Amino acid sequence: MTATLPGRIDRSLPREEQLRLLADGARLIRRRNLALIPEAGLGHIGGDLSAADIVATLYLSVLDIDPGQPDLPERDRFVMSKGHSSGVLYTTLASCGFFDPALLDDYMKPLSPLNGHPDRKKVPGVEANTGPLGHGLPIAVGMAIAAVLDGSLRRVFCLVGDGELQEGSNWEALMVGGHRGLERLTVIVDRNGLQQGASTEETSRLEPLADKARAFGWAVAEVDGHDHAGLLDLFERLPVAPGKPSFVIAHTHKGNPVSFMRDRVEWHHKVPSAEQRDLALEELA
Amino acid sequence: MTLLTHEPTLYDCRDAFAATIESLAAADERIVVVCNDSVGSSKLGGFQQKFPDRLVNVGIAEQAMIGVAAGLANGGRRPFVSGASCFLTARGLEQIKVDLAYSNRNVTVCAMSPGVAYGELGPTHHSIEDVAWLRAIDNMIVVVPADPLETEQALRAADEHDGPVFVRVSRMGVPSVNPADYRFAIGRATRLREGDDVTLVANGTMVSRALAAAGSLAAEGVGARVLSVPTVKPLDVEEIAAAAEETGAIVTVEEHSIYGGLGGAVAEVVVSHHPVPMRILGFPGFAPTGSAAFLLDHFGLTDKGIHEAAIDLLERGRA
Repeated sequence: MTATLPGRIDRSLPREEQLRLLADGARLIRRRNLALIPEAGLGHIGGDLSAADIVATLYLSVLDIDPGQPDLPERDRFVMSKGHSSGVLYTTLASCGFFDPALLDDYMKPLSPLNGHPDRKKVPGVEANTGPLGHGLPIAVGMAIAAVLDGSLRRVFCLVGDGELQEGSNWEALMVGGHRGLERLTVIVDRNGLQQGASTEETSRLEPLADKARAFGWAVAEVDGHDHAGLLDLFERLPVAPGKPSFVIAHTHKGNPVSFMRDRVEWHHKVPSAEQRDLALEELA
Repeated sequence: MTLLTHEPTLYDCRDAFAATIESLAAADERIVVVCNDSVGSSKLGGFQQKFPDRLVNVGIAEQAMIGVAAGLANGGRRPFVSGASCFLTARGLEQIKVDLAYSNRNVTVCAMSPGVAYGELGPTHHSIEDVAWLRAIDNMIVVVPADPLETEQALRAADEHDGPVFVRVSRMGVPSVNPADYRFAIGRATRLREGDDVTLVANGTMVSRALAAAGSLAAEGVGARVLSVPTVKPLDVEEIAAAAEETGAIVTVEEHSIYGGLGGAVAEVVVSHHPVPMRILGFPGFAPTGSAAFLLDHFGLTDKGIHEAAIDLLERGRA
């Protein structure tokens, strides 16, 4: 399948134009992402769609990266800790030019480099192999320590799922990040409220999440995770507080904005039928 | 009659570890150490003094320790992770698998005080499964050095290797078993003694005991070859197959469980290349409390135990 994908956004453009391009870019990424899932026969569309605006804003407008030189030492780092949202990550990486978008057609096909969960050895632009939850944040902390040792101003962003925060390894890493005051490190929580089987609060309560992060030494900001202007403003004025790592709670909706997927727990990993896919694409036209 | 006994000098391989890491770090700015409140138990005091910024102590947090090391490697650093093997491997196993091996990160995992080094502290602190666990992970080099020289050279080889390496670092005193001109290479076994009747395959703290057993076997007319196998993965298939073909009987001995360690690795090669009778010496299960020396005696991981296993194997094998 061929479809239009957005490119990276020129930051010298007037802000309104940047935001218009960003909104359209996120829409196009969602469309392509949605089409991948029925083709592959599996995937995690709910979490892809809840993360799409965050990932699009970072890759199209914020990260200092050169897709033609994915290993530049001074690049900003993005770690997709919720590795099951590989659909939105791959679509966005292809949009930026890290690899040929035609490769997206092979998502999860036999021998494809596009595994269900990302593999940095196979996919340019992937910074960390994730999939088992609770791995990305410790790795991001290590990346941020490496930047401090280098005296570098490069930034590290790590997107975690909210349910993922039930993994204890995250709290080990939050202690280390807070203790070291890694102010170039930003963790973004895709706070859609739902994990695989139920809400996070029914399963094993996360709230009061902001207080927990503050208690671990992080500066907390809350944002509408689907509002490009709010996300862009926040990312441009990081860190949230000097001398502290930033903990951004991005309030999102699983399956957003598709009417019949939004906030529905079953769309964690349900595969849309061809008819459902077309309905969703129509909503995103 | 007076016997002149000469007790060999015993070495704590952590001293070789500390000296090697400091030497590597002095020559290469990229070297960092990541540890879990294990500065003292890893003998990293000197490193901390010389390179305070390059010692990343994450606290008692083994999962974060491995993940942080992977992130440091992403930033172009060459991390050496150091902590007690029992916690480092069991607690950090998924991170070792995914963040290091599957991700092919240049991280050396230095597993301190493995086996039953913490004998009296009980099975929670024994690390007799680590080699089996690590060996099952693809893209993982597994090294069990026998003496200070081999420890140093294994660490230097790990630093030059592209990908993760696991190195056990023993605290139990061991004599020097390798000659001064010895050169370690990943995947290479060394014949420390020639023999045609049986091969004693050993690594780590057991190499000196296998050599002693070969000496006492020789006194009984049994020619025992001693094959030192520091690299459990990848195994030196050629030397193992040669041992099977040329000596017809193999005893393996390791400070590890009898399941899935050196003995298992050797058996996998033997059955597919040249099946011969074997004995696998190690710990059959959780060990009771007792000093390391006591536990090794208790389970027959001694000169005498190896000697007897070889005799038993030869008698039954020929029966």
